[in-house]
Amino acid sequence: MKIELAQVSRWYGNVVAVNDVTMTIGPGVTGLLGPNGAGKSTLLHMMAGFLAPSSGSVTLDGTRVWKNHHIYRNIGLVPEREGVYGFLTGWQFVLSAARLHGLPDPVEAARKALATVEMEEPKDRKVETYSKGMRQRVKVAAALVHDPPVLLLDEPFNGMDPRQRLHLMDLIRAMGTAGKTILFSSHILEEVERVAQHIEVLVAGRHAASGNFREIRRLMTDRPHLFRIRSSDDRKLASALMRDDSTGGITLRPDGLEVQATEFRRFTRLLPRIARDEGVHLHQVSPADEDLESVFSYLITRST
Amino acid sequence: MNPPNPRGTHTSRSKAMNAVVAGITYRALLGRRRIILLLLLPLALIGLALLLRLFGEGDQRSAVLLMQNFAIGTMLPLLGLIAGTGVIAPEIDDGTIIHLMSKPISRPVIARTKFLVAASLLALFAAVPTYVSAWLLVRNEDGIAPGFALGALVAGIAYAAVFLLLGVITRHAVTIGIVYALVWESLVGNLVPGARKFSIQQWAQSIADQISGSPFLRTDVSLGFAVPAIIIVTLGAVLWTGHRLRAFSLTGDE
Repeated sequence: MKIELAQVSRWYGNVVAVNDVTMTIGPGVTGLLGPNGAGKSTLLHMMAGFLAPSSGSVTLDGTRVWKNHHIYRNIGLVPEREGVYGFLTGWQFVLSAARLHGLPDPVEAARKALATVEMEEPKDRKVETYSKGMRQRVKVAAALVHDPPVLLLDEPFNGMDPRQRLHLMDLIRAMGTAGKTILFSSHILEEVERVAQHIEVLVAGRHAASGNFREIRRLMTDRPHLFRIRSSDDRKLASALMRDDSTGGITLRPDGLEVQATEFRRFTRLLPRIARDEGVHLHQVSPADEDLESVFSYLITRST
Repeated sequence: MNPPNPRGTHTSRSKAMNAVVAGITYRALLGRRRIILLLLLPLALIGLALLLRLFGEGDQRSAVLLMQNFAIGTMLPLLGLIAGTGVIAPEIDDGTIIHLMSKPISRPVIARTKFLVAASLLALFAAVPTYVSAWLLVRNEDGIAPGFALGALVAGIAYAAVFLLLGVITRHAVTIGIVYALVWESLVGNLVPGARKFSIQQWAQSIADQISGSPFLRTDVSLGFAVPAIIIVTLGAVLWTGHRLRAFSLTGDE
């Protein structure tokens, strides 16, 4: 099954949360990557039928998603907010999901879903006694109980410990391989890279990039980088670096150099070689803009 | 997870209510501290009736006054507020409502189920204690006890619907509900005769008056107005709630 977004925008008053996004989410695992506040949740809510697009359309295999409760036969949703009845046990919560779906054998379906997320042992404890990771897994079990062909997860790895995270990653990958259409949102590139075959990047409400993780990684690493360098002879190093095409510009500062590298890979190989050849000692080499925010802001300027 | 695909075996049902939704709602309301709130006022009502009886005031006049001022005038709207908003507003606040709404159940069915749960709680916690307290004072004399019990039952149903709607359309349901119940119904309703026609409490008294032959009970809203009004308000509020839930939106934290 596939989710199609056609020129979807969503605004709140004068604030545009999602701006003219067109994308198709097909079978396999898709990661929706973007910094906090990029509109990932807004987009995901529109895909899940919990928000009307201000313009454009969101469809699931051609049927409109908004105001259509029948889509939930085919969609499993793991919302970001906790949203689990604390007074129910994990078992009761997942079983209630199976019953709400009207499954022919709710007990068996609930048992299977809890086994999938490895929550059989604490299933008879009340949800309010669970850790955040356990609640997350119970939510995933409830979303999986009717074996939906489409699964939407909003920041599913938040609050999980590393072991639980790995387990959920394995689970998502396996379901993607089995042909389910899975979309999850995250603001962490490494997380998305490890799970998703396909990545959609959302920045400031815009669809900034789309591709497999290699393409996205290349986009993110092949951008101009800014390095701060301190050495035994800044001036000498600067003139040597300027001779190569991978250096876009250099600023001499009292506390060292600021080097604008246009080609990341080539520059990182070039720098140590030149330093050795020129007999300059490198005291410090630090990327000045390696944080994700600057990566994202680069992608915005590229896409507009 | 690869079970045989169960999707083909779903049955498409458009029922009046959903038992699973009802079960969760009852547990949310009765399993927690809110049940103390639901019990407090009926116990106070019965306690007052016992006191009046103890001090030899067990006559029709005190019975009617207790019913009008406390049972119908105070307890019923407050319980209506607790039960009516309580069946849905906390779930909307903490996001748990998504569990019910992300299922192939039509939103009007969810609205009707929530309404029926609230109405049944009002029958139990408002109508029954109303009967018991009136009975303690005057037995079934002149139909006061059955009259007010029926009035409380019918008005309780209307309150359940109105406050359910309020819980869906605003996050300030409790505040607005208290203002409506106390300011509009009690103050304006008592001072402005015309406003009385649009008061659920007055409709309850009209029904009580119809059954009771007590000379101490007089109402000025006719039954011919009160009954259609209750039906229209109740149905309208439940339908509107379903309509609102169909367009339920998550705004997210962004």
